[in-house]
Formats: sequence, structure tokens, C-alpha cells
Amino acid sequence: MKPLIDVRGRPLLLWIGIAAIAVALIALPFVLSMVGTTWVRIANLAVLYVLLALGLNIVVGFAGLLDLGYIAFYAVGAYVYALLASPHFGLHLPFWIILPIGAAVAALFGVLLGAPTLKLRGDYLAIVTLGFGEIVRIFLNNLSQPVNITRGPQGIAQIDPFRIGPLDLSTTDRVLGVVISGPMKYYWLLLAVMVVVILINVRLQNSRIGRAWEAVREDETAARAMGIDTTAVKLLAFAMGASFGGIAGGMFASIQGFISPESFVLVESIMVVAMVVLGGMGNIWGVILGAVLLSFVPEILRWTVAPFQNALFGKQLVEPEVIRMLLFGLALVLVMLFRPAGLLPSSVRQRELAGEEAR
Amino acid sequence: MKLKLGLTVLAASLAVIGCGDKPADTKKTAEVKKDAPPPPPPSIEIKIAHVGPLTGGIAHLGKDNENGARLAIDEANAAKIKIDGKDAKFILVPEDDQADPKVGTTVAQKVVDAKVAGVVGHLNSGTSIPASDIYNKAGIPVISGSATNPKLTEQGFKVQFRVVARDDQQGPAVANYLASAAKPKLVAVIDDATAYGEGLANEVEKSLKGANIKVLPREKGTDKTTDWKAVLTKLKGRNPDAIFYGGMDATGGPMLKQARELGVKAVFSFGDGACTDEMAKLAGAAADGLLCSQAGLPPQAADKKFLEAYKKAFNVDPILYAPFTYDAANLLIEAMKKANSADPAKYLPELAKIEHSGASGKIAFDEKGDRKGAEITIFTMKGGKLEPTAIVKDGKSVSYAEFVGGGAPAAAPAKDEAKK
Amino acid sequence: MDIFVQQLINGLTLGAVYAVVALGYTMVYGIIQLINFAHGEVVMIGAMVAFTVINLLAAGGLPPLAVVLIGAACAIPVCMLVSYTVERLAYRPLRRAPRLAPLITAIGVSIILQHLAMLVWSRNVLAFPQIIPLKTFHFLGATVTGVQLTILGICAAIMCGLAALVYRTRLGRAMRATAQNPQVAGLMGVDINRVIASTFVIGAALAAVAGVMVGTYYGVAQYTMGSILGLKAFAAAVLGGIGNVPGAMVGGLLLGVVEALGAGYIGDITDLCRYGPLARAIGERCADGGHFVLFGSNYQDVFAFVVLILVLVFRPSGLLGERVGDRA
Repeated sequence: MKPLIDVRGRPLLLWIGIAAIAVALIALPFVLSMVGTTWVRIANLAVLYVLLALGLNIVVGFAGLLDLGYIAFYAVGAYVYALLASPHFGLHLPFWIILPIGAAVAALFGVLLGAPTLKLRGDYLAIVTLGFGEIVRIFLNNLSQPVNITRGPQGIAQIDPFRIGPLDLSTTDRVLGVVISGPMKYYWLLLAVMVVVILINVRLQNSRIGRAWEAVREDETAARAMGIDTTAVKLLAFAMGASFGGIAGGMFASIQGFISPESFVLVESIMVVAMVVLGGMGNIWGVILGAVLLSFVPEILRWTVAPFQNALFGKQLVEPEVIRMLLFGLALVLVMLFRPAGLLPSSVRQRELAGEEAR
Repeated sequence: MKLKLGLTVLAASLAVIGCGDKPADTKKTAEVKKDAPPPPPPSIEIKIAHVGPLTGGIAHLGKDNENGARLAIDEANAAKIKIDGKDAKFILVPEDDQADPKVGTTVAQKVVDAKVAGVVGHLNSGTSIPASDIYNKAGIPVISGSATNPKLTEQGFKVQFRVVARDDQQGPAVANYLASAAKPKLVAVIDDATAYGEGLANEVEKSLKGANIKVLPREKGTDKTTDWKAVLTKLKGRNPDAIFYGGMDATGGPMLKQARELGVKAVFSFGDGACTDEMAKLAGAAADGLLCSQAGLPPQAADKKFLEAYKKAFNVDPILYAPFTYDAANLLIEAMKKANSADPAKYLPELAKIEHSGASGKIAFDEKGDRKGAEITIFTMKGGKLEPTAIVKDGKSVSYAEFVGGGAPAAAPAKDEAKK
Repeated sequence: MDIFVQQLINGLTLGAVYAVVALGYTMVYGIIQLINFAHGEVVMIGAMVAFTVINLLAAGGLPPLAVVLIGAACAIPVCMLVSYTVERLAYRPLRRAPRLAPLITAIGVSIILQHLAMLVWSRNVLAFPQIIPLKTFHFLGATVTGVQLTILGICAAIMCGLAALVYRTRLGRAMRATAQNPQVAGLMGVDINRVIASTFVIGAALAAVAGVMVGTYYGVAQYTMGSILGLKAFAAAVLGGIGNVPGAMVGGLLLGVVEALGAGYIGDITDLCRYGPLARAIGERCADGGHFVLFGSNYQDVFAFVVLILVLVFRPSGLLGERVGDRA
């Protein structure tokens, strides 16, 4: 398999390219805030989805385990952050302590889910993970009694923003005359986290573990015969995927300042699956593309569909939200039918999906 | 100050990409005055946003709320109000939050970006609470006409107001009425595990316990539950005298029907989410005798002038909180007139101490931004129709006949609260 | 005691509905090892079509039973058509693809069907017209309604009919052959495509019946009703042993009873105030008839998932299923 970033080939050109992309990404919020700070917020949510999709990609794309309850780990991360940094329990720990805790707790949940279920066949595993995701949500929604832990459906409000010393990421600052709004600061933080996560993913894919995942995905029996501890390797995938979800969840809680169980419903899990599938399971860049595409689609629809229908029929016939869901559904079906490896297929995955499979 | 930007080394490079301007939520306040240089056109544009779900399951309620605000703004424009010596032109900025907290914050930011002078909304507590933080940071006054969760005004945000009764005003009202009308010794409380249903059920339970009435352990469904048989059968074994349900009509209807099928004899009492005419359709004859509450005054006692104007403008009757959003928009305009400015920083103090006679009755705010002395109406289902039986205000209950006979002031229709 | 019997009857009625839906899952899975995620949506479409027809006819003065039957008669062909189309367009092309591909497609189809239904019937709850007079019977102190008895009867009839179909007819034999080995069945002259399509269509007809039953039973139908019902029915199919027709029936009834008894009694069982030493440890909350309930009826929806996970982990072949090897 070819490494995704071949630095040895043409170093100069590559570095210029990377630098250009980096500058563009760093400058993006300035451009966006010219249109409106809203768009910076939308970009932030898109980056959060990229993080989620990359985390899920480890489980689905690398290790080939379909997880339909991935949002549970996001929820765990978000609630860990909210409980440790909000007036609910009166705790206000700094984020650099909570985020690792959130990641660890999410990873623990990943292992808890994975340990008993990993011997299941792929489709059974998918259904069990779906059940797991629902169970986590139902618990979050009901743990307001008999002792109020999660505040149940009321959700947790006034969650602390990230603070680094005197720097508060949620407020608007003025640096050398340039106005830096809260969402912009979060954007850069998210961008940094995303770069780290991408690097980890790239390194993982080409590592010993990455190859072990690939082996397990291609043929578990053969992998075991080659001396791979398949259970350990699969558990590791679950734990790592979950911990990325946990980190994303913590950041979501702090950006929103308010979380409630309704943000972690089944549809969200399926949306992240759709991002991974659409972009190309196993291909980091494909997954990023899928996440960005699908998280901007609702916004684009919102700005185009409604005015278009109003102009055409004088009223709104089909809501953008419904079109969005129909598009998600269609994306899942059409991609599977016509481009099973996704928009940007990973080379291995493509070979695998093209081949015939015997039952 | 923004113009200095080109001088700085750091910014110079960024400016090329277009970083420079529109620092969004910082200059929201000064905007109005700056954009209207005194001499040539002596007019001033004042944007007021309305935010509510215009798509999704409760879009019809969102539209109703928006209509209320729109009516107030149209009337203000027709009245040719002068602010700071200039002709004020009010513009409604309608936005859709899909009743989703995540979308709610995005839209709140959008409204702040649009530099509105004030906000009417949001419809749901679930979207209002996260959005309030954004309005607070931007210093823009926001009045909700329908978010009933106490938490909203408990966050200590100076810009947040509401003109509707809180859950902890409605809960005690319906609980006390239930206690005095049905004289139950044992009550079961059920909720649908949503922010609205649970919140209201908690308040009812608290009041019942305060009145020394025994309450069974809470039973719960979801906002999609149609099978209540297991829960009801269990309750049948406990034989409560009354059952309160905090939830919507879509789930409350089947519950009522199944309870009567199982032979549960208890008096049923619902909150405003299930206090709709739909109940008669969903539960049929089983709905008879149901007690339920709505925030505000019943349509029959409503402000004729508002009802007529609304009907004339939109060709439909207001379905629920429209009078409240109408009042909310009028309150913003009124405060701007008093302060003689559309600058939020200047008119906010006026808003906090305003006294206004609106479509939903007399309005004044307490120090938290909640409405003082909000009314709650108790209805009884008789022959498939909801009939007002009592009005509860400041903890005192007056029978409806007495209330109407006493020549009460104008008021408004109110109906179901949004789910979230 | 009468409360227990009542819960049992509630559970059996609910379980009968699960069972009929579970048959659709289990038949499809038995033949092509596909979890037909969209099956719950077919149930929903059945209920919505039937409600529309029933509401149209309600004022016509026909006897209630005839109205419901006409409603069901309209719902069945619609569901069959929907299911056939889905199979033809979305599943058949993927029959040779890896197992996860059709599962992902099925999720997509489920989303599409649900939102199309929303466009057709709006988001509002459809109410069943009040045409069926409430007839109740008393049995060991419990109340049984006529609708409940009808549901149980239909469920039993479907079970017998399906068993006859699978074990007594040519089509049934072809289905069993395809389930065992599609390649060999094909070589033996079985038209596999036709058999699979028939399986989908029969499952859809059952789904339509289930939709009418559940709608009539609770009196409401909404476009979101299919997904959770489908998941629970799938759990029932797994519990009974997926791919096994009698298993689906047993699993459905069992899951219904587990849910009803669970929701009815878990609150009492986990009320810590009932246990002396614990109550003293909790103290104030338990004083004067107080309660400290760990898990109440709010966890009703969890039971199905817990059952699903437990069965899959400890006995993946289910109660009645034979031991199947890892066929992945």
C-alpha cells in the first residue's frame, strides 16, 4: 500500500501545497466572518463532524466494524465535560484536564461495548452498537432520578468555555485592531485538534496496528492464523475511535454551552456513518470530504431551497430539513449501489469491495 | 478603530484574504445610529428578529408566533413612530431554529450578525437557553413569548425576558386546582421524559407534596409512546385518585383512552401541551372530564382588537402564543420609544422597568425578567369541547364565570407548549 | 394477581404485534442474511394507508369491521408494492456484495421511506376514528378488549398460515432450499430472484397487517412509528432465533411480555426503600412512605435492546434457532 503522504517524492512542491492549504484554512474564519460570524459557527460544527467521522473511520474504515451507535461516545465526552465544568455540580475544572478524562471515559465505554460483542458477525455487531447507542441516550435522559446526575431532558446549561490563562475562547477580543470573535478562536483550536487527529490517523494507518486492522477487516480467520490477536486489535479500534468521539464531544459541549440528550439521537449516528460511507471508508481524505460535504449541505439547502420554492410556488412545499434527510438516505443507497468505495476510495477498500464475496 | 488594521504587520497579510471587516457581534449596538447620519434622510431602520421553528413538527406554532410579532411591527410602522427625532422604520427579520438547540445557536449568531436591535423568541426552552448566552454576549434584549422553562431566566442574563408563565407558575396552578377540585389523597404523576413534560411534572409533584398529598413514584414514557398499558395497569393496582401527565396531546390522547379501557377511574389532569382540541379526537369519549391548564387567558376572554387585527392580517385565527409574541414585539418598540433610542444598551433599562397593557393583559417584569402575576387558565373537557373553568393568578383561583363577570381586561388564546 | 394477569394480557397483545413484524425480518434474514432495516417503515406505511382509507370511510355508515377490513385490504397491496420496489432497486443489485453494503443501503432506504411518508401524510398524528365500540371481557379479574382478542386471533392465524406456506407448498420448499444454499437451489431449477422477491412481498403483507393492528389497538399512527417498532421486532426475531419462523413468534410474544412485566414491576423491584437496611442507609428519602426508585418505567424501551445484546452475546442462535457457524 502506498503511503498517503509521500514526502520523499517531491518535498518542495508538497510542502508548498501544504503551506498554502494551511494558510487558507487559518485565514478562513476572517473570510467567513465577513459574511457573518454564523458561518464561522457552521464551520466549527463541520470540523466537529470531521473529528467524529475520523474517529468512526478507525472503527468502520480501518477495522471494518460497522458502529451504528457511535454518537454515544460523543455524548459521553460531552457529558463528562459538562458535569465537570458547569454550575450543575459546581465543578469548574480546566479543559486540559477534562478533555483527556472525557477521552478516557469514552474509550472505557468503547471497551465496555466492544469486549462482549466483538466476536459477533458484522451485521449483528451493527445492531448491537445501535442498541448500545440508544441505551446510553436513554440513560442520559433518565438519570435525573432518583439522584440528579445528568439533569435528564432538561440538559446542562452554562457549561464553561475553554480558558487558557486569561484567554477565554468564548469572548470577543481585539488583537492589534483586528476583531477576533469567540467562534473564530474555537475554530483555530478545532483546526489544531483536527490536524493532530489527522496526523494520528495517517500514522496509525501505516503502522503495525493499522496493518493488523486491515488484516482483520479483510479476513479475520487468516489474520488470526498469522498471529494477530484479533480481539485485542478490534478492541483497540473501538477504544481509539471512541476516544476521538469523546474529545469531539467535550469540545461540542464547551462551544454550545448547553447540552441535552436530544443532541445525541440515532439520526446523528447514522449521519456520521453516512459521512464515512459517502467519502470513502478507510480513506482519511475521503472521510474528511464526506464530513465537510454533508455538514454544509443543510446550510446550503437552507439558503437555497426555501427562497427557490418561495419564488417558484409562492410557498414552501418541501422543508430543507426533509430534503436533507432524503439526500442522506439517497447518498447511502446510491453510494452503495454505484460507488461502494465512496467518493474518494481507499485503494485497498476498493479492491476488496470490487471482489466477489462468498458467504 | 477598525481602519487601523492595515497598519499592523500581522493584519497586513491577512487583509489580502479579506480578513478585515465586519467584526460581527461587536458593533451591533452603535450600528443604528452610525448608519443614519442626521441631516439628509431623517429616518432610521430598526431591525427586530423573530426566531422560532418554521420547519419541523411544530412549524405551525412557530409561524403563529412570527405572525404575532409581524402584526406588532406592521402596526408600529403604520403609527409612524419617531425615535430620536427620526422616522422609525421597523423591519422584521424572521429566522428558523427548527426547534433544534444546535441550529438555535447558529441562528442566534446569524441574528446578531444582522445587527438587530431586539429579538422576539425563541419558541422552545431547549433552543432559548443555549441562544440566550449569545444574545447576552452581544447585549441584545430578547423576549420569549412561549419558553416556559424556569432555567431560562435563572441564568442571570440581563437581556433575557419572557411574557409567558413559567413552568413553576403553571405547575402549582394546575396542582392546586386539582387538589381543591378533585380532593385526591393519592396522585400519580407521569411525564414524557422531555424537557417540557418532565419540567412541568416536577413542579406539579412539588406542589402536590406541599399540599400534603401523597404522590406515587414517577412513571415515564417518551414523546413517541403510544403503549401506556403497562404503566396504567401498574397504576390501576395502586388506585390513585388523580393522575397528572406532563406531555403532548399525541401521547396524552392514547393514554387517556387506554386508561378508560382498563377501567382506571382516576381524574386525569394534563398540562398545556395536551390541553388542545385534538384530545377529543385522539381519546374520544374518554376525554370527557379531563382537567387541563393553559398559560395565559382563554381565547374567549381575549383582546377583541388583537384578534380582529390578526384575523384581518393573516386570514386565520391565532393558534397559540401569537398574543404573547405580539406583546413581546410591542414591548421592545415601547421601550425604544421611552428611551428615545434603538440602541440596546440605552433602551434595555427602560424595558426592565416597563409597564405595558398588551393583548395578553398587563405586563411588567420582575428582577429576573419574568412576567409579574402571569395568569393561568384551567379548562375542563365537556362533550368534546374544552371549556374554561377557572383563572389562576398569583396563586389565587377565580372561577371563570366570576372572572368574566368581573369585567376582566383583555387577554389571549394560549395553547400547547412546544415539545422541547 | 389480577394486575399480573392484566400485564400478561397487555404483554401478549403487544407481543403478537411484534411477532407478526418479526416474521418479516426473520424470513428475509433466513433467505439472504440481510437485516431489512426498512421493514419497520413498511409497517408504518401500512398503518398510514389503512388510516387514510378508514378515515375516508368512517362516515359512510358501513359496519366498523368492514371498514377496518377494507383499510387493511388497501394497505396490503401498497406495502407489497413498496417492498418489492425496494428489493428490486436497492437490495437485488447488492446480493453479491459484502454483508455490510446492503445493511447500509437498508438504513438509507429506511430514512427515505420515512421522510417520503412524512411528505405524504404530514407530521401530524393520524387519529383512528372512534368507530369501534368498546367491548370488554373479564378474565381472572383482568379486562380484555375485543380488539386485543382479535389481534391475538389474527396472530395465531398468520402463524398457522405461514407454517403451512413454508412447509406445505412449492414456494415454501423453494424458500427453504434458497435459504440453505442459493447456488445449489438455483442449479436445481429454483428461480432464486422470484423466491426472494416473494419473501419480501409476503413479509410486507404481514407488515401491513401488523400496521393495521397496532394502529387500531392504540388509535394513533404517525410517520415516526415504524423505526422503534421495527427495532423491537428485530430484537424479537433475534430472541427467537433469526431465520426461524416459529422462533419469531415465540420471540415476539416473549419480548412483549418482558416489556409489559418489566415496565410494570421494575420500579417496585428497584425501589431501594423496600429493602430494610438500604432504606435506613438512604434515610430521609425513604421516610414516611417515600421511594427511591433506581429504574422506573422510563427504561421500558431499554429492555428490547438489553434482550438483544444478551441474546447475541450469550446465545446468538436464539431460543429456537439451530447453531449457525460464522457465515460471514
